[in-house]
Amino acid sequence: MSAREPSARPGPGCTRSFTVTFDGREIEVLPGRTVAAALLAAGVTSWRTTRRAGRPRGVFCGIGVCFDCLVTVNGRPGQRACLRPARPGDVIRTEEGTGHAD
Amino acid sequence: MRTDLVVIGAGPAGLAAALAADARGTRVAVLDAGPAPGGQIHRQPPAGADTAAATAPPHVRRTWRSLAAALAASTVTVLTEHHVWCVEPGFTVHALCGPGQDEPVAVRAAAVLLATGGYEKVLPFPGWTLPGVLTAGGAQALLKGALTAPGQRAVVAGTGPLLLPVATALAAAGTEVAALVESAGPTALLRHGPALAAKAPEGAWHAARLLRHRVPVLTRHTVVRAHGSAALTGVTVAALDRAGHVRPGSERLLHCDTLAVGHGMLPHTDLAGSLGCPLDGSAVRVDAEQRTGVPGVWAAGEATGVGGAALALAEGHIAGRSAAARLRGAAPDPAGWSAAARARRTLRAGAAALDAVFAPPAGWARQVTDDTVVCRCEDVTAGAVREAVDRLGAEDLRTVKLLTRAGMGWCQGRMCHPGIAGLTGCPPVPPRALPARPVPLGVLARQATEEGTA
Repeated sequence: MSAREPSARPGPGCTRSFTVTFDGREIEVLPGRTVAAALLAAGVTSWRTTRRAGRPRGVFCGIGVCFDCLVTVNGRPGQRACLRPARPGDVIRTEEGTGHAD
Repeated sequence: MRTDLVVIGAGPAGLAAALAADARGTRVAVLDAGPAPGGQIHRQPPAGADTAAATAPPHVRRTWRSLAAALAASTVTVLTEHHVWCVEPGFTVHALCGPGQDEPVAVRAAAVLLATGGYEKVLPFPGWTLPGVLTAGGAQALLKGALTAPGQRAVVAGTGPLLLPVATALAAAGTEVAALVESAGPTALLRHGPALAAKAPEGAWHAARLLRHRVPVLTRHTVVRAHGSAALTGVTVAALDRAGHVRPGSERLLHCDTLAVGHGMLPHTDLAGSLGCPLDGSAVRVDAEQRTGVPGVWAAGEATGVGGAALALAEGHIAGRSAAARLRGAAPDPAGWSAAARARRTLRAGAAALDAVFAPPAGWARQVTDDTVVCRCEDVTAGAVREAVDRLGAEDLRTVKLLTRAGMGWCQGRMCHPGIAGLTGCPPVPPRALPARPVPLGVLARQATEEGTA
């Protein structure tokens, strides 16, 4: 599944897009987007596996309540992708289990 | 920081309360987790983005323009990206700031006003944990706040007044909406017409857009299963009989990569509960002045019962005026807010009527197979929950949780408690969740040190 940005055209006064990486792959992000929005716009729908059954998860509630969209950003696990603003150069990684495996 | 009144939540209720109190000389600080004030309903697109696809109805945009103008002209302090995790009696409001939410901030105040809003209830069904399945409100938040559509072909399903605006917003954003699947029947809607009049202009606006985008609407239908292995590939929908049970043989498959689903809203009551505010069912109990059962604590908006933004504005206005008067040591004069009180009465009646129309189908729990995960955090299945009740004798959600771990994860049972209550027949007691969000141990340790040296 891939997602798209219906209004991806930068408007007047728009600051420029920037890049982050997801599991080593470069992703272009428009300013003001959360990590979840950035990943969905790049066609990524899952960025975590559950602790017990190892099942894939992505965004669910979208407003910070469910904790399904947890992701590791710049080495710190357990960040809610739906709340965390994406910043230039963020290193985003799929979170496996508790995110504290190593 | 010290102030007279801390308002938690910068949605319609919180802003109306803050403006009403500020206009009466009260020093007010509003704390909100979002990047800007407005709450979920007035979530704004990122600065500089092309907002051609922003799809709020005209009256919602008008309301926001007047709220934003009043806020700009006021002396209210708005603290955004402040995630409140605890309110100590007395009152000290503890929040976490910064991108990683690890910078502690404390605000002291003589009074607290809880305008914490609500979140979406989703009842479980097979496949609901697949990536691509998200709440209707979550889809709306992505569209409003990031102008990002979650997928290319969507089904919008469940029940409630939120489904219609979500379907139209997805369609307007260029997503193909394969169907809007509403479990309520069309006649139920018509029967409650008069009580729904307050919602009518908005409904008509969305309905016209739905027609324009040729979105098929299936009333008295439900999603019985979401399909896919790594991600969603489609859903099976089925017709419901009048008793709310699936009609055998009516199932059909709709291909989609996105399912936006919701079964109504629930009030956020974590902070109220931790302060000891009594609840009525799942909502914070308030009196005619919007005071909770705890002195110095007011509440307004969805936290006191889900009823929409207009009701939140009326309740917030009353709460703000009451708090301003009580902080001066005076009794407020309710005659001053009679218009808001009238609106509150009408809108609460309308909300009760909506609740009656948009009830989840009676037979939903039968569709939940034993292998369906019901607690998303802890991977607990419906089978395990049923066993806790049928074989191990659990009679309440707390015992089910202790036996199965259902409700013991990150979300602290917020997402699964309505589903588990429905599956087991246990009373749907809102979970006690303190701290209201995860707090780094370093923050707690630092606080303990400061208290030790104070």
